[in-house]
Amino acid sequence: MNFNFTEEQNLLRDSVAKFVADNYEWEDRRKRVASDEWFSASNYSMMAELGWTFIPFTEEQGGIGDNIFDALVVMEEFGKGLVIEPFLENTILAGGMLGLMGANVDTLESIMAGQQQYALAYAEQGIGYNNEYIACQAVADGSDYRISGDKVVVLNGAAADVLLVVARTSGTAGDKQGLSLLSVDSGDGSINSRAYKTVDGANGAEIRFDNTPAKLIGAEGQAFEALARTLDKAALLTLAEGLGCMQMLLSKTVEYTKTRKQFGMPISTFQVLQHRMVDMFIEVEQARSILYRAALHFEKDNAAKEVSAAKAQFAKALRYVGQQAVQLHGGMGVTDELDVGHYFKRCTSINTLFGNGDWHRARFASL
Amino acid sequence: MNIELTAEELAFQAEVRSFFENEYPQRIREKIKAGQELERADFIESQKALYNRGWAADNWPVEHGGTGWSPTQKYLFHRERARAAVPQMMPFGVNMVAPIIYHFGNEEQQQRFLPDILASNVWWCQGYSEPGAGSDLASLKTTAVRDGDEFVVNGTKTWTTLGQFADWIFCLVRTDSTVAKRQEGISFLLIDMKTPGITVSPIYTLDGRREVNEVHFDEVRVPANNLIGEEGKGWTYAKVLLTHERTNIAGVATSQVRLERLKQIASETLMGGSSLMSDPIFAAKVADVEVDLMALEYTELRTLAQMQSGGAPGPESSILKIKGTEIDQAICELMVEAAGYYSLPFVKEQFEEGFDGGYVGPFAMADAAPHYFNNRKVTIYGGTNEIQKNIISKAVLGL
Ligand SMILES: Cc1cc2nc3c(=O)[nH]c(=O)nc-3n(C[C@H](O)[C@H](O)[C@H](O)COP(=O)(O)OP(=O)(O)OC[C@H]3O[C@@H](n4cnc5c(N)ncnc54)[C@H](O)[C@@H]3O)c2cc1C
Repeated sequence: MNFNFTEEQNLLRDSVAKFVADNYEWEDRRKRVASDEWFSASNYSMMAELGWTFIPFTEEQGGIGDNIFDALVVMEEFGKGLVIEPFLENTILAGGMLGLMGANVDTLESIMAGQQQYALAYAEQGIGYNNEYIACQAVADGSDYRISGDKVVVLNGAAADVLLVVARTSGTAGDKQGLSLLSVDSGDGSINSRAYKTVDGANGAEIRFDNTPAKLIGAEGQAFEALARTLDKAALLTLAEGLGCMQMLLSKTVEYTKTRKQFGMPISTFQVLQHRMVDMFIEVEQARSILYRAALHFEKDNAAKEVSAAKAQFAKALRYVGQQAVQLHGGMGVTDELDVGHYFKRCTSINTLFGNGDWHRARFASL
Repeated sequence: MNIELTAEELAFQAEVRSFFENEYPQRIREKIKAGQELERADFIESQKALYNRGWAADNWPVEHGGTGWSPTQKYLFHRERARAAVPQMMPFGVNMVAPIIYHFGNEEQQQRFLPDILASNVWWCQGYSEPGAGSDLASLKTTAVRDGDEFVVNGTKTWTTLGQFADWIFCLVRTDSTVAKRQEGISFLLIDMKTPGITVSPIYTLDGRREVNEVHFDEVRVPANNLIGEEGKGWTYAKVLLTHERTNIAGVATSQVRLERLKQIASETLMGGSSLMSDPIFAAKVADVEVDLMALEYTELRTLAQMQSGGAPGPESSILKIKGTEIDQAICELMVEAAGYYSLPFVKEQFEEGFDGGYVGPFAMADAAPHYFNNRKVTIYGGTNEIQKNIISKAVLGL
């Protein structure tokens, strides 16, 4: 038994850490998030040049092998830097979904090379995390399709060139059968899109399709399982990112309390704060354990249950570590200027993404 | 034991309710309900409406223009106020500096300052905290040195809430650095924000708003007759004020309103086949908070009853701040959960006056995440919850 990363994975970690150190100086990130750009195109190109965008794809697909631990290492380091480039959205969500639906290699190529930005549009209002209730409709129109309906909080939806839409081609809300994957040119005139930045500096959009021309990808009516699997992978990898965030919050809090003096001594000397930080540390280590466990089971039959376990455990950890890091920084913790509040924000979003703690607890119990 | 309201109390409640429904500026209630940020003029309009009705100062003695309400009446007033979506009086003038002025200020100071505070003609801010002096307030370093009939003030105050709106600031300053007990070198000084040498710079909070400021004093000359009471007694005066701050902080009525709103949102939010409120996991979490709040309401009522019968609020009132803020934050958390994916978009403009672009997602969810982030402040300001627990452990449990 061993829990060691391979030599290659350690080198990969070093190289991602270097990217973060070089490009994610806190003030630079602040400026980027405040700017009109959705993310840094040159950073994204660098990710492709360094080969990271090829990681979550199999060799047959033209990728590096789709080893979950490789992707985990990348995402954990991204979490430490609060990286906003849509690596997850483009490669894991869109690329993952396309791969599972058997999209052609050229399409995957364009994702791996970082030439095209994709967004996977699945969420809708009134369905929570229960995607079998997707109601957005696609109807056949000759050899192609036309989509009508609303998608909400489409991650990377502001920056995407291509939208991958999960829409209903048959059945009714609640049926897992009858959902299909379709691709749409985001510039199509029939699309009404409202773009925005998210609380954690990423980008998203509310998108309304109105008889929008679309092309079917993969088998009609068979997208639900692929979507569930894709979202589980994205969930797992955002937890790796969350682990990176939490480590930063813990180390920043420990460091701050050692230097911040009140009552003539470092506040780290107050036992109540020491225990608080010990509890944060325990949450981080428990989170790390369940993340590794879920990753080790990701190619096994019970992957979904393991992912739900990890999401449920992280829901507690991300919230506790985020809130306590802010609390122990006092007033500084709630300022926009300090990075701590922004790690806390990302921790909060990660909890919501791909099913919150309650939804995963319920799924865990049902599996 | 008996908690029935008397006929007079019921009549008072009806009177308050009718005032908010009929006479109070409805525009402000609408803004609050729409989650819009109130501007300086809105606060003043709201406070003047209360002033004109004689209800601006529920804590003041009658001779200075206070309401003379019993603790029960104050409780009823704030419950109705919260239910009507009417903002609280900005505490800095009416609840913070005024009690110090009428307790410890001289006759001339009382006449000079109190009427304008009551009528909301002057906006005050609180200058206690400094970059190096938060929980340990007594370590403050801003100095005021006597020079003839003036003090010369130098230093930096921080976390000054809405200092950008303020006409005046009340400060704790160090007038004597030689005394052995550092609390004894602190004085209470009122400073006109227009005095040369004062700069106010913004600090943005996690919701992107300018809620607090840093206030710098560079050779600021303040007339000596702006000193309240005796030199070196400022700390003692401020402690009286801090107790005031603490008893106002439970926010039971506000939490009740927000909890009802949460339940309504959760029953309107579909999670596919059924509503979020019908999810037993979520419902149990809401029940936990609601039960805690029911208990807190009675903890507050017990404190009130004690005050009604002439007792002072004891150090137990620190419970109100701790539990009140924990419940407030728990409700925020559940709001974020109810918002689900809609907790992600951050469209700041939609909370600004005049915005008519439509909200991203259901209106009720638009402010959930920014409010949750910002509201982490409530366990930090007004004495952090850790400090409150230190107080209870020392003063109540004798540890
Ligand atoms: C939004 C906001 C508005 C504010 N408005 C005003 C205002 O208008 N005017 C004003 O004067 N001030 C204001 N404050 C300041 C507020 O009172 C201080 O932030 C507060 O007193 C804490 O001080 P600090 O931020 O320096 O944190 P610190 O005192 O540095 O505390 C950091 C952490 O250490 C803990 N800690 C400190 N001492 C102890 C101890 N002895 N035992 C255990 N734990 C301890 C704290 O609980 C906290 O978790 C405001 C603050 C905020 C966030």
